[in-house]
Amino acid sequence: MLTAKGYPNRLGVGGWLGGGRWGMERYLYTLHRLTGLGLIFYFLLHILVTSARAFGEAAWVASMGRVTGPLFTVGEYLVFLAFAFHAANGLRLAFIELGWGVGKPFEPVYPYKTSVDFQRPLAIVALLLAALLAAAGTLDFFVLHKGVTP
Amino acid sequence: MIRDAKLWTWHVLAGLVIFVFLGLHMLIMHLDDVVNIASLNPAGGHPIDWANVVARGKMIFFPVTYTVLLGAALFHGLYGLKNILFELNLGDGVKRATTVVLALLGLGLFVYGTWAAFASLALARSL
Amino acid sequence: MDFANVKEVTYRVRRFDPDKDRAPHWEEYRIPYAPGMTVLDGLWLVKELHAPTLAWRSSCRMGVCGSCGMLINGSPRLGCNTQICELETTTVAVGPLPNFNIIKDLVPDLMPMLETHRQLLPFIVRDDHEEMEKPSGEFWQSPEELEHYLQFSYCIKCGCCMAACPTCATDPVYSGPMPLAQAHRYNSDSRDNGFTHRRQVLEGERGPWRCHFAGECSRVCPKGVDPAKAIQLMKRELVADYFKLREQRCPARLAETPKGVARREGIPEAPAPTVR
Ligand code: SF4
Ligand code: SF4
Ligand code: FES
Repeated sequence: MLTAKGYPNRLGVGGWLGGGRWGMERYLYTLHRLTGLGLIFYFLLHILVTSARAFGEAAWVASMGRVTGPLFTVGEYLVFLAFAFHAANGLRLAFIELGWGVGKPFEPVYPYKTSVDFQRPLAIVALLLAALLAAAGTLDFFVLHKGVTP
Repeated sequence: MIRDAKLWTWHVLAGLVIFVFLGLHMLIMHLDDVVNIASLNPAGGHPIDWANVVARGKMIFFPVTYTVLLGAALFHGLYGLKNILFELNLGDGVKRATTVVLALLGLGLFVYGTWAAFASLALARSL
Repeated sequence: MDFANVKEVTYRVRRFDPDKDRAPHWEEYRIPYAPGMTVLDGLWLVKELHAPTLAWRSSCRMGVCGSCGMLINGSPRLGCNTQICELETTTVAVGPLPNFNIIKDLVPDLMPMLETHRQLLPFIVRDDHEEMEKPSGEFWQSPEELEHYLQFSYCIKCGCCMAACPTCATDPVYSGPMPLAQAHRYNSDSRDNGFTHRRQVLEGERGPWRCHFAGECSRVCPKGVDPAKAIQLMKRELVADYFKLREQRCPARLAETPKGVARREGIPEAPAPTVR
């Protein structure tokens, strides 16, 4: 890192959201970040909560009892949605960031077609996959749902 | 110091592992009413009913895949978190401290979660 | 928007004088509009009619030198390469490129970017030092090999991509799209053998790992360089290298002068070489 002179003009965290023209992939990037943060914090708690099963039935039922109720159902549903998006978009990113789907280098001719345009179908497929997962989850959470057997 | 080229490669590979095993986990836990795999939820009812937990706990498949998922997800998630934090332009000392704290947190939870997975295997088999 | 009857446009310009101002502020100027005016033309009028102290960088006024990158109505673009009428509004907001410090008014300090660029060895690196110092001929390269890096070599170092990148918005350690794309440009040049040297920087914190393919750099690049593509291809190379799967390549050999062929009649001699 180098010391620069002059008035600092980095956009800051606001710049994570929008610095230039907003493109679809910028929203996907932001969502990926947010869902990722949500998932990791949920996951850390989830490890602690579900490890109760090692202590027998009473501990398990008590532990699960602490995380029931409509608030937790909605919370879990959000986690599921985050999973659906993060998984589908993550698969797309794994592809792209290993250099697939971005196109080969070629002589650019205006109007330029960039890697962003080349991978656009992947972005759409990822969103469809996420939507499909989310729909299945919604069905399960709110329509076909059965409660825990007391 | 492990360099980012390696950490990032494993971050992506871990992501793919998570895709498979978390996908399965979600299928069992949250999509059970949409796609019901009866053998993984043998007691019927809700997947987190104790009877089902015990039934799954008896199969060696679960503690093993849980441990793989646990490790992959902890690494993937905490490395991702570390990257986001580092992008905030932290000072060098704070960066080092963050790395240590996240590594210890990950290791601690990995040990605890692995113990829980195999302890419940033993418990379920003894029931 | 129809610009047929537009006679005047409003410029909102971000002003900052390091000797007088504590922080940048906006100022508004109205200037006459004529069809075909670029944002840069407008700045000259602002300077002529209202604000003689207004500072910015520009030189070629034809999208070649890379001096006039600025934030125009929220997008990093070249002032000389942007027609006012394509902005679809008669208010033109011009600020210095973000993610660089402001030296004065619209002048960003590009030094950190250029210094990073330099550290990534943006030139042909080879082991045959003698040939490099005293070239005896040209290195051989096929048109296909040229394609591998040609696109990335169109970069004019304007810094628009850096201003658009979300990672650069907070992180001064990340090298950023311009220097990384240039590192890849040389890594993928068949005449070059500097991958292992550049790798020392690239596999660490300053490498491409904090690029998350938000794609903004490629979207704003005025030359179609597509730095995001270069960065993803670079990641693939580095990952392949980690697994020892990277294709080993001998840097291109000297092109041999064909022997036993005579020059066709009427073709003049080539001019004397300029490099000795
Ligand atoms: S890659 Fe494009 S936007 Fe970035 S410095 Fe080069 S020409 Fe400018
Ligand atoms: S693709 Fe990568 S380098 Fe380009 S703007 Fe996005 S994060 Fe930055
Ligand atoms: S003045 Fe040279 S690129 Fe705009």
